[in-house]
Amino acid sequence: MKILVAAKRVTDPNIKIRVKPDGSGVELANVKMAMNPFDEIAVEEAVRLKEAGKSTEVVAVSAGGAQCQETLRGAMAMGADRGILVETDAELQPLAVAKLLKALIDKEAPQLVILGKQAIDDDANQTGQMLAALMGWPQATFASKVELADSGGQMMATVTREIDGGLETVEMKLPAVITTDLRLNEPRYATLPNIMKAKKKPLETVKPADLGVDVAPRLATLSVAEPRKRSAGVMVADVAQLVEKLKNEAKVI
Amino acid sequence: MTILVIAEHDNQSIKAATLNTVSAAAKLGNEIHVLVAGANCAAAAEAAAKIAGVTKVRVADAAHYDAQTAENLAALVIANAQGYTHILAPSTATGKNVAPRVAALLDVAQISDIVAVEGADTFVRPIYAGNAMATVKSSDAVKVITVRTTAFEGAAVLANEGCSATVEQLAAGPDLGLTSLKGRELTKSARPELGAAKIIISGGRGLGSGENYHQMLEPLADALGAALGASRAAVDAGYVPNDYQVGQTGKIVAPQLYVAIGISGAIQHLAGMKDSKVIVAINKDPEASIFQVADYGLVGDLFALVPELVAKVS
Repeated sequence: MKILVAAKRVTDPNIKIRVKPDGSGVELANVKMAMNPFDEIAVEEAVRLKEAGKSTEVVAVSAGGAQCQETLRGAMAMGADRGILVETDAELQPLAVAKLLKALIDKEAPQLVILGKQAIDDDANQTGQMLAALMGWPQATFASKVELADSGGQMMATVTREIDGGLETVEMKLPAVITTDLRLNEPRYATLPNIMKAKKKPLETVKPADLGVDVAPRLATLSVAEPRKRSAGVMVADVAQLVEKLKNEAKVI
Repeated sequence: MTILVIAEHDNQSIKAATLNTVSAAAKLGNEIHVLVAGANCAAAAEAAAKIAGVTKVRVADAAHYDAQTAENLAALVIANAQGYTHILAPSTATGKNVAPRVAALLDVAQISDIVAVEGADTFVRPIYAGNAMATVKSSDAVKVITVRTTAFEGAAVLANEGCSATVEQLAAGPDLGLTSLKGRELTKSARPELGAAKIIISGGRGLGSGENYHQMLEPLADALGAALGASRAAVDAGYVPNDYQVGQTGKIVAPQLYVAIGISGAIQHLAGMKDSKVIVAINKDPEASIFQVADYGLVGDLFALVPELVAKVS
């Protein structure tokens, strides 16, 4: 069974981003980039499923500029077997990415697609759900546990999902889409030998036009601004003063 | 402009997140319909009709809407989407699960997690964990939107005589049978829900253990009628379950009072609570970044200060 994982190249989650002074966006020149952390969890889960004998091949997909090859090499160093880059310098929004993934699924015919629940740049939290809709497949978003089992020739996934107030468990037939939440696993660090090996793994490049997908954005970003700053308040000397302030000044208790 | 709000409910009552979403809808127009899809959900539909500003409640009552699966719910929305300019859902686990599915089936973009309405097609939303705010304009015919509930006051709930919304029964769509719910494990608590609490007591790594977390924070939460939250560090260390987590990857909250105890104030935590009205920080490190956003800061040993605070407010 083939698994497709999607990996987005985003700003490194450990750096603090800066809004461009002209308000046109976020400063990305000379900023360290990395694989979206939720996508790393997706790659890890796919590789673990392969290691557990539930999958025969893990194909990593990324969409964006030529630098996304690094992201795919990273996924292959973690254990993905090959990579496909949908190369474009155009701005890609979630609906367009879902359509690109659908076109690749039509060619690759995976039984399972795993994606991060959201990317830490646009924080959209859409692509997995949109892809499932376009395919007419079941979806299990915000997964914290994934189990695959063969039920009389039909592969089934049992997924524990993070919901408000707790967890829920859903069962679905494959093919299906799963999106990952933080607690699903802890992604491995790629070892040097595996990084070297990843350089020799196949990486195919296609263009959106080859896939017949119109990626024109539907949302125009008019401006990007700094969030409202919260100014630091006062330090209080002791608990008595704190309680006095909360009661008489802030009036919240 | 006719707006459809997908209600979040438990068949008996309407969740507070729905009220915030109706408020966001009211900024777009005054023809607001609420979709209540559930099983034996007449009580929830009745409650939806009492939300101020709602003109029509559309109810689909069938067993296969009980679990609110994204697949069945999205299909139902699509079948009834005719005539709507905007389709809104709260940015909760349920809303985030279903709304993109609706958008894709309509072949439109989704605008996620809006915090302000600038016009019928223009919205403000946080990006990069709230470190930047983007103003975006949609060119699609239908705007599918999820609403950050803390950014909009909840709509009022009217008394019986005040409500004029009509209630319409919808034909249920087919059961697509794509996913089936096997069970839910909800954290049982007598305390208010994090998303709806007026006061939140939140703990971090400074507490040192899950035992300390409960021993220190529960009496304070009880004394103030507060909900309990935690930083991601405390969740990762296993002090409390994941649904306690406040932050960009957890819950976004904006209570009247947020008390951060033993929390250093990582960017990702601040993103989840910096819109609180009043923030109190108690930390032994005077350099902790949490003090940069706190209205009132108290430096010291939380193990001495918290019991003292409990005694003073009880």
